[in-house]
Amino acid sequence: MAGSKEIRTKIKSVENTRKITRAMEMVAASKMRKAQERMRAARPYAEKIRQVAAHLSRANPEYKHPFLVKREAIKNIGVIIITSDKGLCGGLNTNILRMVVGRMKEWEGQGKGISVCPIGNKGFGFMSRVGARVKSHLTGLGDTPHIEKLIGAVKVMLDAYVAGEIDAIYISYNHFINTMKQEPRMDQLLPLSGENLEATNGPIWDYIYEPDAKVVVDQLLVRYMESLVYNAVTENQASEQSARMVAMKAASDNAKSVIGELKLIYNKARQAAITKEISEIVGGAAAV
Amino acid sequence: MAMTVHVDVVSAETALFSGLAEVVVVPGEMGELGIYPRHAPLITRIKPGSVRIKLPNQNEEVLIYVSGGMLEVQPGMITILADTAIRGADLDEARSLEAKRAAEEAMKNRTSDMDYAHAQSELAEAVAQLHAIQKLRKQIPH
Repeated sequence: MAGSKEIRTKIKSVENTRKITRAMEMVAASKMRKAQERMRAARPYAEKIRQVAAHLSRANPEYKHPFLVKREAIKNIGVIIITSDKGLCGGLNTNILRMVVGRMKEWEGQGKGISVCPIGNKGFGFMSRVGARVKSHLTGLGDTPHIEKLIGAVKVMLDAYVAGEIDAIYISYNHFINTMKQEPRMDQLLPLSGENLEATNGPIWDYIYEPDAKVVVDQLLVRYMESLVYNAVTENQASEQSARMVAMKAASDNAKSVIGELKLIYNKARQAAITKEISEIVGGAAAV
Repeated sequence: MAMTVHVDVVSAETALFSGLAEVVVVPGEMGELGIYPRHAPLITRIKPGSVRIKLPNQNEEVLIYVSGGMLEVQPGMITILADTAIRGADLDEARSLEAKRAAEEAMKNRTSDMDYAHAQSELAEAVAQLHAIQKLRKQIPH
């Protein structure tokens, strides 16, 4: 029985791989549900803060926060790129990085300076490998991202914007459509476009401010930015987990069919060996 | 029945409370604020502390701890945008300095400008791999 032991070992090893991918699939499925919940839970805050900011910008036309001022010449662009920390999630990170690199090349062709803020290990690794200008970065967010961790990296970008080092900030992440479908997206974060802050129609009234309008508006807009980034992070995580689930399911299915094929080969070899043995015995008996 | 006002307490990570209340007590930056229904529009920052919400027709109050945030009042609606993290100008500054330092550390090894050819070839390779996997999957009968 030539090679049957090798085939058996091979089957065993593929079976072990399948066990791992199956386990990862199930882990990803349960994490996906949680990530989706977090994604939904984060929405009311962003929506509320958007409403308040919209109202404020309508009620206070005289005070223009730098975030709202559109600059005439855009020379430098900042991009916040959200990727996952871990791999094994299909083409998720590749797709987003491909889109980002395409846009960056386009901008570079127009003579614009680009600095990046990768969030997540994969994007950071890639960007530092290819030599992009990394302004700030963040890795190791874990499965439950906390806004606390985002503050520093985001503030670096916002400060650079206010200081005039960057004239526009974009954010790219995987938009979660459903479990099977995620779409890389790039949205403009700053300057805030007017339609983003379009308030619902109604009479305009103003608030009583404590202590004063400027302080309140400043804080509010910074919070708004952070919540947008946080939302993108939660959405990207939901995308990551569902992409991983799908990828691991595909891997388990593949392993299953490989096992089937190997078993077929194994049985054929076994049968051939038996046939050979019988014909040898028969041949031997005839010779006697 | 006592007059009520709709209250939403939301933080960036989750919605903490949503419902009707008779009165809401908030630790405002300029002092404690008790807000009843039909209060004039007001917006202020809040200090770390607890928000007390008195529910209609009940003696007990809902207590929610917030580590700062914003309060927005409209005559029929109160919104509390709570922070989950302890915030402060110098604390935020420290965080951003830390992030900057980490980025500079990472940038030390940077030798040249962004290498688009390298970037695109790396990504093309990854895409080719993914395509190969997909093709493989189509070939295998199920």
